[in-house]
Amino acid sequence: MSHEYVSNTKRIWVVFGILSVVTTVEVFLGIDKPAVLHLNNFLSMNLLNWIFIGLTIFKAYYIVWAFMHMEGEKASLRWAVVAPVIFLVLYLLFILLVEADYVFEVFKNSTIKWNF
Amino acid sequence: MGATVTTANSEEKTWGGGNQPFGADYGKLMMWFFIVSDALTFSGFLAAYGFSRFKFIETWPLADEVFTHFPFMHGVSAPMYYVALMTFILIFSSVTMVLAVDAGHQLKQSKVAFYMFLTIIGGLIFVGSQAWEWKNFIHGEYGAVETKGGSLLQFVDNTGKRVKLEDFAATLPEEREQLERNKGRWFMDEPTLPTYSVEEVQAGFKAHPEILVRTETIYEDDAAAKKDTKVDHALSTHKHKTILTRAESEIRMQNAHIVVEGANLKRNEYGSKLFADFFFFITGFHGFHVFSGVIINVIIFFNVLLGTYEKRRSYEMVEKVGLYWHFVDLVWVFVFTFFYLV
Repeated sequence: MSHEYVSNTKRIWVVFGILSVVTTVEVFLGIDKPAVLHLNNFLSMNLLNWIFIGLTIFKAYYIVWAFMHMEGEKASLRWAVVAPVIFLVLYLLFILLVEADYVFEVFKNSTIKWNF
Repeated sequence: MGATVTTANSEEKTWGGGNQPFGADYGKLMMWFFIVSDALTFSGFLAAYGFSRFKFIETWPLADEVFTHFPFMHGVSAPMYYVALMTFILIFSSVTMVLAVDAGHQLKQSKVAFYMFLTIIGGLIFVGSQAWEWKNFIHGEYGAVETKGGSLLQFVDNTGKRVKLEDFAATLPEEREQLERNKGRWFMDEPTLPTYSVEEVQAGFKAHPEILVRTETIYEDDAAAKKDTKVDHALSTHKHKTILTRAESEIRMQNAHIVVEGANLKRNEYGSKLFADFFFFITGFHGFHVFSGVIINVIIFFNVLLGTYEKRRSYEMVEKVGLYWHFVDLVWVFVFTFFYLV
């Protein structure tokens, strides 16, 4: 081991608590679907979906940082792992989702009926 | 296995080898980079799912209508509860894994073994739950009809409640034998025949005037949509599937082409054909990861019992499989969001 390891079972249980609470909130919102969030859009997606995505990234942060112990690694390793993933995923999503919206428009406005 | 634990000291000589610029051992570093590439693979799948969903944004199935089963609760619509349970199981097995890693750092052999054992059990329960989920998905519940144009028609009664094919389909005196290889040439067979023929569903539909057709299109509750006389505006609700009037339902039913029950890779009773493909592929690929994770955990578990790491005075192997196991949990967090919530 290059660095001293400190046992931290308390933190593990705290993180478990956080993840459980967030999941419970997600399930509650998913079943209840409050109209205020569900019917209002931001960037062509409803607020509820944005909240789900936000909470998911929040959970992902805790899994990677606490469970996979990223917080104990060197900053260079952290960046080497996290930065390419974030960049490439955003890039991929941007291209695919914009393109999908375009294809949707083409189908919608075309003179040919394709699904009836 | 001297290579797994680098003990050579080297604060100097950056290019001389034997040191660790990232402060992590070779094996751990490679596990991280494997995780990066696997994360990108899963991102690719989920992004492709997003592509198809945005492409068919007006007709995509609503997840809370599809995944409504809970063990021992027949006929009760319980959306989300089952996957939430699966999520908790997986998160908890992640906790036991990280406790095993923690015990490993303190060189407590029996504690590591105990937590590894719990992790394996959690993983097996999760894979089993997924199998049950697949069973329900493949089996289906209500059944539907596909038209010649490729769209899917589902059935509701005059209160908007879903109706199963078996509740209204007529029984006609017709005989249709399944073509199997032993009845024709060796290459001649066909998929399992549905319980009812198209004619039986059509006849049953005629005999039950209260049955209405529900299309794949998601209903928009605005002024432009209200003008559409083909739609039953009293039953259709905003952001739910559109229910047609009886007259329009009858017209649509004339185009019925195939009876669809459950799901396979070609078509499914839930709606868009791609929906089932993505479901099988993404949850299947994730389930395969969980399964391999369980196998790897079992191997490491036995190594712990045999004292391999005790002799090595390092439980780093537990940490490495731990990274993989947490990654599987991480992927599930995203699959859960994009398949079941969004």
